[in-house]
Amino acid sequence: MRFAIVVRSGPASSQSSRSALRFTQAVLAAGHDVHRVFFHGDGTYNANALSVVPQDEEDLSASWAALGREHDLDLVICVASALKRGMLDASEADRYERPAASVRPEFVISGLGQLADAALDADRLVTFGG
Amino acid sequence: MATLHLINKSPTRSDALASCLRVLAPGDALLLIEDGVYAAVADSTGSQALVGHVCHALAADVAARGLQARLADGVRVIDEAGFVDLCVHCDRVMSWF
Repeated sequence: MRFAIVVRSGPASSQSSRSALRFTQAVLAAGHDVHRVFFHGDGTYNANALSVVPQDEEDLSASWAALGREHDLDLVICVASALKRGMLDASEADRYERPAASVRPEFVISGLGQLADAALDADRLVTFGG
Repeated sequence: MATLHLINKSPTRSDALASCLRVLAPGDALLLIEDGVYAAVADSTGSQALVGHVCHALAADVAARGLQARLADGVRVIDEAGFVDLCVHCDRVMSWF
């Protein structure tokens, strides 16, 4: 079965990013496909390459990136949510003349169309955050 | 066409559970996660509202809050694999905020 997962909270603001990560790991462990993980609103902070997490806390952004690499996941962050939060990849940083890129390379910046596409193509859409 | 309803907020902090219960259909399932598990505490207003409904609670979130011995009868405690199975067995998943 194909799952799409939506994450609406950042790693530092609530438990939901961790819930979504654990759920995504369980979906993969059960042998299902993860069609896409879409990060919306504060969820785009999960792509932050610049956050520094205390050693006794899980670095959820790094965990998402590692899971993405391991399973070749399509990790998409919403462009409108991302830009106003300072979540920019190299090309966006260049376009808007900002001093640094902040998005991990495992994530892709794209539009809400990717969420609509995920909702249509996946068998189940599961939303975390709020 | 069963729906799995996800609640992640305490019933004392949010009306998500009350809103959900107004539209819960026969055959639907309810899963409490994060602070939503407080609704499953025995003899609370949350758990009284759950009587008669199929209710699950996520084990890790129950344990993280020390509620293992305080849950209302009938609440089914499941792990993440059980969460995935519930999603498969229901036709859709709806999150309430």
